[in-house]
Amino acid sequence: MTEQRRAIPAKVALSVVVLVVVACAGAMTGPAGPDWWRIPLALAERIPGLGDGGLGISSGVTEREWSIIWDIRMPRVVLAGIVGATLSLGGASYQGVFRNPLVDPYLLGAAAGGGLGATIVITTIGSDRLDWLVDPVPLIAFLFALGTVAVTYLVGASFGGMRTSSTLVLAGVAMVSLTTAIQTFILQRNSDVVREVYNWILGRLATASWSDVVLVLPYVVLSTAVLLFHRRHLDVLRVGDEEAAALGIPVGRVRLTVVVAATLGTAAVVAVSGLIGFVGLVVPHMVRLMAGSSYRVVMPLVVTVGGAFLILADIPGRTLSSPAEVPIGVVTAFIGAPFFIILLRTRQVSR
Amino acid sequence: MSSVEFQHLNVEYARRPVIRDFSMVVPAGSWLGLIGPNGAGKSTLLRSVAGLVKYSGDVIVDGSSLSLRSRSRRASLVAYVPQEPVLPDEMTGWEYVLLGRSPHIGYFGHPSKNDRAMVDDVIGRLGLDDIATRHLGVLSGGERQRLVIARALATEAPILLLDEPTSALDIGHQQQAFELVERLRREHGLTVISAMHDLTLAGMYSDRLALLHEGTVVSHGSVEDVLSAETLAEFYGVRVTVHREADGTVVVIPRREQL
Repeated sequence: MTEQRRAIPAKVALSVVVLVVVACAGAMTGPAGPDWWRIPLALAERIPGLGDGGLGISSGVTEREWSIIWDIRMPRVVLAGIVGATLSLGGASYQGVFRNPLVDPYLLGAAAGGGLGATIVITTIGSDRLDWLVDPVPLIAFLFALGTVAVTYLVGASFGGMRTSSTLVLAGVAMVSLTTAIQTFILQRNSDVVREVYNWILGRLATASWSDVVLVLPYVVLSTAVLLFHRRHLDVLRVGDEEAAALGIPVGRVRLTVVVAATLGTAAVVAVSGLIGFVGLVVPHMVRLMAGSSYRVVMPLVVTVGGAFLILADIPGRTLSSPAEVPIGVVTAFIGAPFFIILLRTRQVSR
Repeated sequence: MSSVEFQHLNVEYARRPVIRDFSMVVPAGSWLGLIGPNGAGKSTLLRSVAGLVKYSGDVIVDGSSLSLRSRSRRASLVAYVPQEPVLPDEMTGWEYVLLGRSPHIGYFGHPSKNDRAMVDDVIGRLGLDDIATRHLGVLSGGERQRLVIARALATEAPILLLDEPTSALDIGHQQQAFELVERLRREHGLTVISAMHDLTLAGMYSDRLALLHEGTVVSHGSVEDVLSAETLAEFYGVRVTVHREADGTVVVIPRREQL
């Protein structure tokens, strides 16, 4: 047991190393740019103490090449990391509070609402918005995502109170259907923008810039902090609402807080990256298979593993059919599903 | 050591009374057995002490009302073992017992060294070291029941509520579980309130019995007083012989209908 407890920091440290390696790999991939092996050096020499005046690491990368690394590749890598981490953490949290392994962070309508918001903006304002100071698509998508989840929550709570989480799940199913129906209706009447909306829905990191990162960062940091803080409560909730309440846990308040925090993070990343499926559902299960099911270890690990997973998934997305892109959501499922099946199998055999 | 006093407890489900004007004092360190046919209100009574159902009236522990205490304070006074506890398959025995420390950990807190030591101690005392590292999904019924009791013990609550704790166990494991609770009651001075199906076992372990029928106490007192053939016939609608052993044990034997 003692070994088990000590293993948590070790596992988290290992996953951070993996994340850094994967992030470097992400920065090393892409058209143009310097030789791939110079890139980790170029990143390292800019860390104080490692470059000039310190260890003296020198990469020999020109200013123009550096700008490809820093302004084009790195925002994309960082954004992929943030999106992957947030969706995975949101998925693990939802699975925890709803005590349901099939749940993903889009359950209560964050994705469907975001999609509807984006559709409305694209159809009503259209390409005029390119002249706008701020692109309204992510902003409206974010607000619609939050709004849809809020309606789901109010509807679910008014029927079942906080006594059963299943009314909330059912309300989510209803809201997702309703929002998707409205979206389909709008699309059908504006078939000229179907392609643009479709591209948004498939999820994209291609246009990532540092401003996207800055846009989502406050919400993501807040959401992550709150969710990581509730990992102990999620463990107690595993024995059910009633026993958790008898153990002194304010079940309703915990569920509301976790849902709000997970939704905030999910809505923010949906707004900048569209709907990237599979990650939020499966990364938590991958982590459970590899490191056990206690939320004390699952919650920190889904952040790093989820980040690494999406950065990794983005590499074939950019290179396979270069210069065109394979949508990231397609890649996540394409490499994620077989990996997950292999993991399930080895786990079954070893038990 | 804590006593429990019920004062005019009333519970309603959907406007239907389930517990009617229940008043009783359970002395500190004693064992009260709740018996009665299905639906008599035994579980509801336990759940109201645990703070899981709304009630009117009052439950007094150590001279002050339970409803005035915070949720976590209440949980540190009263350990509740439901009839069918949820044991997540993938959780280890050690993690499960650690949940019992929840009432002592603040909202923003995490298990301390002290909490972990307490869990190790409980596991050691109940001889659960082998089970502690295994997943709950692979344990037998008896092992699971001992872990549930270990979790209740880890709360350090002076009051233990058991809702038909052995209904899923065979006769040997039933005995083991009750012997364990009895041993812990003596060692820690626990006050035990348990709902029980098996009348003979109820008589064997309880200091006093309360027979509930449709939410009302219809008989209350020593085992000899409550377990009489007439009373049981009246409220359970059964035909039984009540037999007294030389050592004072009361045995309730169901009888076949005579042809």
